Amino acid sequence: MLRRPLSRAARKEERTAWVFLLPWFVGMAGVTLGPMIASLYFSMTDYNLLSSPQWVGFENYSKMLDDPRLRQSLSVTFVYVALSVPLLLAVALALAMVLNRGIKGLAFYRSVYYLPSLLGASVAVGILWRQVFGTEGLVNKFLGLFGVQGPGWISNPDTALYSLVVLHVWTFGSSMVIFLAGLRQIPEQYYEAAALDGAGRLHQFRHVTLPLLTPIIFFNLVLQVISSFQSFTQAFVVSGGTGGPSDSTLFYSLYLYDEGFGRLHMGYASAMAWLLVVIVGALTAINFYFSKRWVFYGDGK
Amino acid sequence: MVLIVFGLVMVYPLLWMIASSVKPDALIFRDPSLLPTKTDFSHYADGWNALSHPFGLYLLNSAIVVLGALLGNLVSCSMAAYAFARLKFRGRAFFFGMMMLTLMVPVYVLIIPQYVMFSKIEWVNTFLPLIVPKFLATDAFFIFLMVQFFRGLPTELDEAAKIDGAGYWRIYFRILLPISLPALATTAIFTFIWTWNDFLSQLIYLTKPELQTAPVALRNYVDATSGASWGSLFAMSVITLIPVFIVFLVGQRYLVKGIATTGMK
Repeated sequence: MLRRPLSRAARKEERTAWVFLLPWFVGMAGVTLGPMIASLYFSMTDYNLLSSPQWVGFENYSKMLDDPRLRQSLSVTFVYVALSVPLLLAVALALAMVLNRGIKGLAFYRSVYYLPSLLGASVAVGILWRQVFGTEGLVNKFLGLFGVQGPGWISNPDTALYSLVVLHVWTFGSSMVIFLAGLRQIPEQYYEAAALDGAGRLHQFRHVTLPLLTPIIFFNLVLQVISSFQSFTQAFVVSGGTGGPSDSTLFYSLYLYDEGFGRLHMGYASAMAWLLVVIVGALTAINFYFSKRWVFYGDGK
Repeated sequence: MVLIVFGLVMVYPLLWMIASSVKPDALIFRDPSLLPTKTDFSHYADGWNALSHPFGLYLLNSAIVVLGALLGNLVSCSMAAYAFARLKFRGRAFFFGMMMLTLMVPVYVLIIPQYVMFSKIEWVNTFLPLIVPKFLATDAFFIFLMVQFFRGLPTELDEAAKIDGAGYWRIYFRILLPISLPALATTAIFTFIWTWNDFLSQLIYLTKPELQTAPVALRNYVDATSGASWGSLFAMSVITLIPVFIVFLVGQRYLVKGIATTGMK
C-alpha cells in the first residue's frame, strides 16, 4: 500500500486521536494485555504470591487432566449452562411473544419481569434464595399446600444445583427485552400476507416469527452461554463459599477462586483460567458453526 | 390474567423478603403471607449494628466505589469512543477490533495477574484497584455503546463546528457530549448497577472490615449469624437492594433502550 504523506490537518487529527485514546492505551497495556501475558506465564509456574514463581512448564496443565474436583466443577458448570440457558431463552421468548400482542400495561409488565435480571446477581438475592429453597422455605411451604413434603433443596446435593438453575432462569428479563425489540422489527405485512394465505397463529409463529427472530435468538444464546459459564456470586453465596454440599454447586469459577485465592495456588488457577478461555471460545465457535443451519439472515446474506 | 399470576410469582420472593424484614423472627417461617400480622422494625436496628462497623459505613464504601467507577467510565469511555467514531488515525480498524476482542476475555484470566500487580504496589485494601482501571477505559462494553451512538449522529454537526473554528476538544465537549446524553445515561446506570452488585473483585481487594462494601459485609453477616436471625439479614439485604431499585425506576427508559441496542444484561 502506498502511503501518502499526511497533510498538516490530518497529522493534527491523528495526534488528537492518540490523546483521546491515551487512557485506553494505558489500560489496554497495563490492565488487560500485560496481565494476560503474565497470566500465561504464571500458568507455567508454581506460584503462591509470597515467594517468586518457579517455572514448571506444562505441569499445571497436565495436573488438570487428573484432578477429580476440576472434572466435577466442569460437569456442574456444563449441567448448569445446558439446563438454564435453553430454559431461560424459552421463557424469555414466550413472554416477549405474549407481551408483543399489544396488551394494556405493557410497560408495567416489562418492568416487573425485567427487575429480577438487575437484582439477580446481587448477594442479597443469593441470601434470599438460600431461604426460598431452604427446608422451611417458600418453595416447600407452597408444596406443603398440596401435602407434599419437599426436601431441603439447598442442603441436598441432588437438588442444590437446580435451585441455582431456577435462580438463573428467574433473570430472563434482559433477554426478554432484547426479544421484544426484535419482534417489533418484524413488519406487520408479513403476518397479513400469511393470514391471507390461511396461516393460523401457530403457523405464523412457526414460519414467520421464528425464522425472522433466529438472529436474535442466536445473539442471546451466544451471550448467555458465555456469561452463565462464568457465573460466580450466586453459587458462592448459596453454598457459603464452598461449592457444597459435596461439591454439587462447585462452579468452575468457584473452584478457580478457591484454588487461587483460597489456597494461593496462583499458577494452577491461572492454568484453569486459560482452560476457561479455550472452553468459552470453543462453545462460541460451536454456536457460530451450527448457526449456519438454523439462523436466517434474510436475502440469503 | 396469566401475565398477572406469573408476574406475581416472579416478584413474590422479593415482596416476601421485604415483609419478612419487618416480622418477628418466630413468624418468618410459620407465616409465608405478605402482610405481616405483627410488625417489628427492630430488625433494621439490629442488622445495622450487627457487624464490627455500622452498616452505613459499608454502604458509604459501596457508594465511593460506585461513584469512582461511574466517573471513570463516563470520562474514559466517551473519549475513546470519540476517537474511534469520529477521528481518522492509522490503525483505527485494528485497535477497534482489539477493543472488541477484549469483550470476550473472561475476567478470570485477568483477576489473578491483576491481583498480583496491585498487591505489589500495595493497592490491596484500598479502593484504587476498583476505580483506577475504570479511568483507563477497560469496560469495552461502554466504548462500544458510545461508538454506536456517535456513529448515528450526523457528521455535519462536526463539520459545521469545524468551519466555525472549533477544535476537536470543543467539538467533543460542546457538541457530541451534550447530545449524547442518552448514551451517557445508559452507561452511568449500568455502571452503577453492575458496580453496586459486583462481588468478586470487592471480595478479593477489600479484606479490612472498615473498607468492606455492602455486598461483602452482607456475605460476612451470613457467616456471622449462621442463619439465626433471618429478619435482620433480610433487613440489610433489602437496604442494599434499594439503591438498585431506585436507579431502575429512574432510569428504566435508558435501560430498556440500552439492552435492546447492544444486548447488555
